[in-house]
Amino acid sequence: MSGGMSKIVKTISNISFPLVLIYGLYIIAHGHLTPGGGFQGGAVVASGCAMILVAYGSIWTMGKIKEKHLSILESLGAIAFIGLAFLGLIFGFVFFKNFLIGEGLIFDNPALGLSDIYTAGIIPLMNFAVGLKVIAGLFAIVLVMAYATTKKEAETK
Amino acid sequence: MIYNIPFIAVAALVLIGLYAVVFKRNLIKIVIGITLIESGVNLFLITLAYRQDSTAPIWHGITASSNNVPFMSLPVPHALTLTSIVIGVAVLALMLSLVIHIYRHYGTLNVNKLGGDEE
Amino acid sequence: MNIEQILDTLLRHSPALIVAIPLLGAFLTPLISKINDKVRNVFVILTILATNFFIFLLASDVFAGNIHTYVFGAKNLSIPVVRILFEVDGLSAFMAIIAGILSLAAVIYSWSFMKENTGLNKFYTLMLLMTAGMLGMMLTGDMFNFFVFLEITSIASCALIAFWTNKGKAVEAGFKYIAISAIGALFVLFAIALLYAQYDALNIAVLANNIQYTFLDKIALVILIAALAMKAGIVPMHMWLPDAYGRAPASVTLLLVGATQASLYGVFRVCFTLYGSQLNSTLRNISGTTITLNSLLGTIIVILAIVTILIGVMMALKQIDFKRMIAYAAVAEIGYMFLAVGAGLTTLGTAVSMNALKGGIFHIINDALDVGLLFLVAGAIYYATKQTSLNNMGGLARNMKYTTVFFLIGLLAVAGMPPMNGFASKILIYESVYQVNPVLSIVAILCSILLLAVFIKVFHSAFLGPEQPDLKDVKEVPKSMLIAMGLISCIIIFFGLFPELVVNNIVQPAANALASNTSYISQVMGVI
Repeated sequence: MSGGMSKIVKTISNISFPLVLIYGLYIIAHGHLTPGGGFQGGAVVASGCAMILVAYGSIWTMGKIKEKHLSILESLGAIAFIGLAFLGLIFGFVFFKNFLIGEGLIFDNPALGLSDIYTAGIIPLMNFAVGLKVIAGLFAIVLVMAYATTKKEAETK
Repeated sequence: MIYNIPFIAVAALVLIGLYAVVFKRNLIKIVIGITLIESGVNLFLITLAYRQDSTAPIWHGITASSNNVPFMSLPVPHALTLTSIVIGVAVLALMLSLVIHIYRHYGTLNVNKLGGDEE
Repeated sequence: MNIEQILDTLLRHSPALIVAIPLLGAFLTPLISKINDKVRNVFVILTILATNFFIFLLASDVFAGNIHTYVFGAKNLSIPVVRILFEVDGLSAFMAIIAGILSLAAVIYSWSFMKENTGLNKFYTLMLLMTAGMLGMMLTGDMFNFFVFLEITSIASCALIAFWTNKGKAVEAGFKYIAISAIGALFVLFAIALLYAQYDALNIAVLANNIQYTFLDKIALVILIAALAMKAGIVPMHMWLPDAYGRAPASVTLLLVGATQASLYGVFRVCFTLYGSQLNSTLRNISGTTITLNSLLGTIIVILAIVTILIGVMMALKQIDFKRMIAYAAVAEIGYMFLAVGAGLTTLGTAVSMNALKGGIFHIINDALDVGLLFLVAGAIYYATKQTSLNNMGGLARNMKYTTVFFLIGLLAVAGMPPMNGFASKILIYESVYQVNPVLSIVAILCSILLLAVFIKVFHSAFLGPEQPDLKDVKEVPKSMLIAMGLISCIIIFFGLFPELVVNNIVQPAANALASNTSYISQVMGVI
């Protein structure tokens, strides 16, 4: 677990990681129309990151990505989610109100002809915030657990 | 009869999970038992959403006023199940981290050999 | 806009803000802690102070007789009720006051108690998350939302119990706590799914309006009461409580007392509000005497409560570890609350019932303050002497004068001596339970005297007596811990000196909310 796997495994995971990333981001971005959303897409991307972790070894990955950067990303995702809820309070006078829907802005105005593109209000924005938080959170959990068992092996040896 | 099979599966999962939590001595097996109970309850929630001959509750480019609205299954239990799965992931991650700490401290995963000098 | 309109707007949005402000604070704490440690501590205390301001604002309006509802995401309710609803009546506001005071004392106490530990930004994040979870559990009007906040509180409190990861015992206590909590919460979800399957509603008011006492409803009632009583520490499901309370840091134990009482609130909400209209239904007719649901349920609750009091006091007699002894005393005190409310449930509708309910509810806040003060004193002793066992302490009153006074106040309050608040609530419990059955009252008084004996023994062996040679140079604990203990002591003495004021203004609305659920239901259904 601490060392990586062979060259073949590393090459194949290099090739398939962007595919997994795009698939996960697709699930997050279309969460308001198709099955999916923040948590589901975030879990897919996090499992892709876990594939990289297994292929390259936890020591190499821990050297490239520090856990405190992941912590900052996670906090940003959470603050974005709660911030959108508070914005609903300020602009819509109800906490968690979907204040971008039916207001006649760019995407809701039928005269501009764009009303088929984006009519879901703040739901996709909340999906992005939750997706960012889930990616950072699940990757941090797997990374720290792998690193902790590495140190345990080193101690018993 | 065939529509009762999911409920029998729910009962089986919950009972096997309870058996694992109560009678097994390895910490990892207790964690697996809790995950089995959680899977059983999630299956119960999803099974409640089914209506006979229904499709997925997704609008496919038709508006609400058209005449051929398909017969959909209930979407609320789907959301409840999703929330429950997320909570289950968080609890599982926390339990496994605590098991790693316990193994590092005591060197064993047997419940009867941990701590226990007070009562 | 003048002050009146601003306060009115804040009052209208306060149920959501009470839960949202600790949540926002919890997410901002890791970023703010990059600046400085002191800035983070001040930020956390400011967040808790803002939450307390909104709690008192809301409570002052709810105790005047209005029930507040808050719909998330829409201005008004609509048919059918699909949105998540927060409904604050007298009992919810009462419990929210308890949670506010406990979290304020815990955060002030942690400033110096946890100063030498690392990873403190995670500690404060988890404390704020746990506060948000507790307050959400108490304010919500939706069953699935209650389950979500229950899980948030369990996860945050488990991580806090196992905070001292270098000690194996704390991690083991945390694992025991999360295993039992997770199974209990999953069964609560099972019962909620059963109720949803029958009535197609998750809102408590809508469910209470439509509920009939079918077979599946009986199963859901039993599962809900058993699982929530397990989280509240009722014997025979109390096994996690001494470990979790005894091995956690002292300020975490203070918050855990609040979380335990939030689960007790859940039991009362299910019994009295959710199944309230069915409480008078006749179950069986045995040779002339009718057995109604409320008498059967009340009898079972009273039996469990008596067993809890007896086992709590008896196990407290033989403990050597200081915090474990106080934990068993906390188990016994929860038995008192359960006893009084169970006696009130047995005779629902009479004047005796109202007195019993008032005694039980008044005892909730008294017990939180008294047992909380004792845990803080135990933490202070651990901070000064690094000892937890009573065999190694002695003669501490010479150097730690203030701590001795606080322990004396807590001791008198827990044992039910005047002029502390414990006396006021316990005399209400004794009087009203005596009229239900004299034997219960005699057992309760005896166990209260035994608790006094236990704590006098502790006081003598730990504080009085000759000075131990290795404890010669202990100093008084830092100021912030003294401020937290002083805050709770002041409230204890104030409640003890003016119990009439507290009972008429704060406890009576909560008891009214339990006695009849019609105003709770009509607040939601009357709009529709």
